[in-house]
Amino acid sequence: MFESSLQQLGSALRARQISSVELTQLYLDRIAKLNPELNAYITVSPETSLAQARAADARLAAGNADALTGIPIAQKDIFCAKGWLTTCGSKMLHDFVSPYDAHVIARFNDAGAVNLGKTNMDEFAMGSSNETSHYGPVKNPWDQARVPGGSSGGSASAIAARLCAAATGTDTGGSIRQPAALCGISGLKPTYGVVSRYGMIAFASSLDQAGPMARSAEDLALLLNAMAGFDERDSTSLQRDKEDYARDLAKPLNGLRIGLPKEFFAEGLSGDVAHAVEAAIAEYRKLGATVVEISLPNSKLSVPVYYVLAPAEASSNLSRFDGVRYGYRAPDYTDLADMYEKSRAQGFGAEVKRRIMIGTYVLSHGYYDAYYLQAQKIRRLIAQDFTEAFRQCDVIMGPTAPSTAFKLGEKGDDPVQMYLSDIYTIAVNLAGLPGMSIPCGFGAANNGNPGMPVGLQIIGNYFDEARMLNAAHQYQLATDWHSRAPNGI
Amino acid sequence: MTWEIVIGLEVHAQLSTSSKIFCGASTAFGAEPNTQADAVSIALPGVLPVLNKGAVERAIKFGLAVGAHIAPRSVFARKNYFYPDLPKGYQISQFDLPVVGNGQLVIHVPASGKTEAYEKVVRLTRAHLEEDAGKSLHEDFHGMTGIDLNRAGTPLLEIVSEPDMRSADEAVAYAKTLHTLVQWIGICDGNMQEGSFRCDVNVSVRRPGAALGTRREIKNLNSFKFMQQAIDYEVQWQIDTLVNGGAIHQATVLFNPDTGETRAMRSKEEAHDYRYFPDPDLLPLDISEEWKEQIRATLPELPQAKQARYENELGLSIYDANILTASREMAGFFETALAASSPDKGRAGGVEAKLCANWIMGEVNAQLNRDGLDMTQCPISAQQLGGMLQRIADNTISNSGAKEVFRTMWADGGEADAIIEAKGLKQVSDSGTIEALVDEIIAANADKVAEYRSGKDKLFGFFVGLAMKASKGKANPAQLNEVLKRKLTG
Repeated sequence: MFESSLQQLGSALRARQISSVELTQLYLDRIAKLNPELNAYITVSPETSLAQARAADARLAAGNADALTGIPIAQKDIFCAKGWLTTCGSKMLHDFVSPYDAHVIARFNDAGAVNLGKTNMDEFAMGSSNETSHYGPVKNPWDQARVPGGSSGGSASAIAARLCAAATGTDTGGSIRQPAALCGISGLKPTYGVVSRYGMIAFASSLDQAGPMARSAEDLALLLNAMAGFDERDSTSLQRDKEDYARDLAKPLNGLRIGLPKEFFAEGLSGDVAHAVEAAIAEYRKLGATVVEISLPNSKLSVPVYYVLAPAEASSNLSRFDGVRYGYRAPDYTDLADMYEKSRAQGFGAEVKRRIMIGTYVLSHGYYDAYYLQAQKIRRLIAQDFTEAFRQCDVIMGPTAPSTAFKLGEKGDDPVQMYLSDIYTIAVNLAGLPGMSIPCGFGAANNGNPGMPVGLQIIGNYFDEARMLNAAHQYQLATDWHSRAPNGI
Repeated sequence: MTWEIVIGLEVHAQLSTSSKIFCGASTAFGAEPNTQADAVSIALPGVLPVLNKGAVERAIKFGLAVGAHIAPRSVFARKNYFYPDLPKGYQISQFDLPVVGNGQLVIHVPASGKTEAYEKVVRLTRAHLEEDAGKSLHEDFHGMTGIDLNRAGTPLLEIVSEPDMRSADEAVAYAKTLHTLVQWIGICDGNMQEGSFRCDVNVSVRRPGAALGTRREIKNLNSFKFMQQAIDYEVQWQIDTLVNGGAIHQATVLFNPDTGETRAMRSKEEAHDYRYFPDPDLLPLDISEEWKEQIRATLPELPQAKQARYENELGLSIYDANILTASREMAGFFETALAASSPDKGRAGGVEAKLCANWIMGEVNAQLNRDGLDMTQCPISAQQLGGMLQRIADNTISNSGAKEVFRTMWADGGEADAIIEAKGLKQVSDSGTIEALVDEIIAANADKVAEYRSGKDKLFGFFVGLAMKASKGKANPAQLNEVLKRKLTG
């Protein structure tokens, strides 16, 4: 069961070979056994999940089930879910039980999916290793001494460890793709505006985008079908015709033009990752694709641009966490200013505070033009690079992350090294493009450590998710990297 | 040595939408605290703003009414600061790209002890859309502070003038004209007690010809009377400070209506770097020519155009035209009554217009004041009044008869003709009857007639009295006068 695709699970449920309650209970048992080690979930609520499963079973019995009805799906703890503790990985929201559903949660509820629990994440999605969570770091199931990546590390770890059938993530600078790569699973960040941000706790509004995480591209397509769609409650949500993201999965790849950005294969990329990615490209050639070298000359500026814009927006987005109406309030304070200072000093972790300070600084009077406005200009140049590139190719491919999963604590005291984990993913968010990561091999094993998964990044043009999923699916038909499971799991 | 006063205003007009500017919660005034505070109003994690089109339409309407530039693209920005009644920790406003720019307003400054009445053009710098904050309640919470977020997210149009005003009278005239206009075009209810129209006044003084002095901003004035008092006090304070060798420091001040004084807020309360930046949750606001023109088509005739028409076409004085355009209700009442009073409805003559104006500015206003009513609550409809005016104009009733008709209408309702009939107020205008009456009186009072003819003019009133009495008060006074005069002169 744990190796079945969503399609297979759906068929089994609809054929009444297994009930949603049984399936949900299987996962809950597995979570009870493995989560204490992996710490992939912040909140599990068996009764709530089983109640949803019973409702799904009724719907299955009534014969009006959707593709996802009855399937247990884990939700990143950044999504507000009615009646669920929704912490966003922060002490600030340690007791926040959401009174409403995010759009994404509502879409899964409408589809009859079962919410299996809320997955761990970097605090307010700020991090690339899941070590900034107030609820403790998540372990990588391939090697528990290593990080799962972040910020959607809980979802990635849970999928790799078969603690859920699939999960949601959010991606502001690589937070779906990088943990997907590090945990050997598949993840897709859609075009900005395809999935509503309503009810998704904001980090950097102009970059944040929710997306699916699963074991295969085929699963991602089914999940995206449920998640995507216009929502009038999000002004940046795009009004487009409904599309079936699975429609092109079976298309052959003959004539697919793959662009390889030379900047993604330069200094900073570890050898084992380069090797796996090159092997994947060779596989694509075999499948009928052609390869062209392209250039994204401004992509080298994406990390500094990102670390101006994202903190700027975050510093404002996180102002609502002030201890006044909900969330953490310091127990002792002398006056209003003291209450603000203590509540935020105690409620936020170090990385969040670092970014609030950076953001506050770059928006300050006298610095705004030099930082924020300048970064916006470069952001447009980065987007133009992609527009140019897509004149020569249909998709862009390269590594998702510069290295495989690193050790817990390894980059803890060096934020810049940590920020460089997202060097290949950030430009995609700045441009608003869709990007995904699929497993394409393993790094070198050494000193008795197993080789860790490597992710292949596929970047598409705006609204080209179906083509990207097609490219990923055809690769997954030809290879089996995506169906490997960690030892002992 | 003389001082020149320089004043500019920032007015917050609450736009009359039924829901808030970025969510569906109600904007109705006076509800129980926090009953109109939905997820967006209290800024729960994850919620997002969605712009209320009605608020934008009202802003455009205002811009068109003041001949301003309507920006084809404007941008919402976040103004960041912490305060308990500001739930998001930022206010969504507009900063460098406002929806309305460069308009103007013609104001009538009434005569004062020193000056004649005059007109003046005040330039408007800009008007932008923004959301209101909630309210902090410091009483009844035993030393704690209560927060009411019903008002949080209420749409405001902040209207900023150039520093064009040179006296408290001009500032008040500007505020009043603006207050009339926003109600006139239906974008704001103008209720100052409920905070729907709040004024911040920037005041500085300088020697004539000198550079602008340092200004202090008087915050949140919610009555014209307080505005006058606050400016008067502030101006005197600034002059005294300068004369005594002091300097003015830029500050935000509050007016205390109890003491009549202005007082600077603590500098900590105003020391903000608002860190404005474009709100990434909202798209730029694009306004098409087509949308603009649709809204232009809904604009009523504006007060200034009406004033000009009343002066030029109806022959009313500037003073009358001003009073009659003090509100759209007043002007509407006047025009309807006038149309009803004129037998030739399409072409109201000057006499009827003046008569109509006098009745509305006189009896109608006086009665409304006495009963504490406003124009919309007037127990006599404009048609009813017009019907009565028609009977004055065609000499059916005298002025005193009209007053009785009016009193009856006010108290009991009814149409003028029915009241005239029931009360027998129709005046005698038949010349034969009046001449006979006068002849009788002259014959019966030969001695007095002789006295009158020998120069005792004052006796004329005596004859009028006798004649009126004889006609049981129904004689047409003008006609009676004419006949008496002719016959007495012999």
